Amino acid sequence: MYVIIAGAGKVGWNLARELIAKDREVTLIESDHRRYRIVEEELEHAVQYGDATELWVLERAGIQRADLVIAVTGDDEDNILICQVAKEKYGCDRIVARVNNPRNLDHFKLLGIQPAVSATDLILRLIEHEVPEYGLVQLLALEEEHLEIIELEVGEGSPAAGARVADVVLPDGSLIISVLRDGAGFVPKGDSVIQAGDQVLLILDPGLESQITPRFAPAVQTASSRR
Amino acid sequence: MLIVIVGAGRVGSAVAKRALEAGHEVSVLDSDPLSHERLDKDQSTTWEDAGGRFTVGAALEADGLVEAGIEQADVFMAATSGDNTNLVIAQLARRRFRVPRVVVRVADPARAAWYAEQGLYTICPTQHAINQAVNLVLEV
Repeated sequence: MYVIIAGAGKVGWNLARELIAKDREVTLIESDHRRYRIVEEELEHAVQYGDATELWVLERAGIQRADLVIAVTGDDEDNILICQVAKEKYGCDRIVARVNNPRNLDHFKLLGIQPAVSATDLILRLIEHEVPEYGLVQLLALEEEHLEIIELEVGEGSPAAGARVADVVLPDGSLIISVLRDGAGFVPKGDSVIQAGDQVLLILDPGLESQITPRFAPAVQTASSRR
Repeated sequence: MLIVIVGAGRVGSAVAKRALEAGHEVSVLDSDPLSHERLDKDQSTTWEDAGGRFTVGAALEADGLVEAGIEQADVFMAATSGDNTNLVIAQLARRRFRVPRVVVRVADPARAAWYAEQGLYTICPTQHAINQAVNLVLEV
């Protein structure tokens, strides 16, 4: 597998290291000459100097035969254009783009740049994961595949509390895949019993959340229990 | 006709002034408040008194573009100093805000050519300079 990485910052350099350690063929492209010199001392011919938004730089790096293009520069517009050109001009199917400013995520989506990874967004999700009163936490969204994984807390007296997994009424296109209890998780069977206070992970078609949450909501909703 | 121009540099501000003189509604967006001076330069009245609009905002932020009137724009021109910024906002103008006519300045001739094939009106000052220089140099 041949991988081109645009941007030899912390993310790009470490990615290149990891991929090279896994015996992947990697070319890293860096536009800042001083940075390029530093990285070149370690990675040698695996790093090239140039602006990866320029077509001839991508062509020199061999974009025509790249299996994967990863754009992780510090500029969102650069990452968008590198991936767009890789995909639409050179026919590289697999791209990964870094989103620096989460507000720009819509731009990536609009222009078909998927997956777009935002470290800020990931950390925000982890914060939500650590704060259970948010009720529903989206753990993973696979946009292209139209699937997402959410986490829900099982409320006291909710329809699911005390019920067997098989008896929890859920819409088609959703499935309980894991139960977290007392700091440990397990994959439930149909006869596993869900308890109030459990966290359940579900995989579902996006849009079904509103049909699912009532199954796990506490019997008496207090104003402070949901946001 | 409403014309929205992002980037009040030499090109953007000159086009804005000409468009206003021609009787169009013109709205300019730039991240630098001082760029406004270029719109007033050599004019008898200020840009606003002459009927122009000016918004301070980052080119990539949708809020600023909306405030500048991109949703009602008949023509959009991306004329910041950055090729990559111009190409991204030009595509936003077309695909998200459905602006009928989108003009984008791209300094890099190779990408100006490719994005022109994708349906953007690209202007490449470098290509013009090359053509003119070649003509003058080879005329000898």
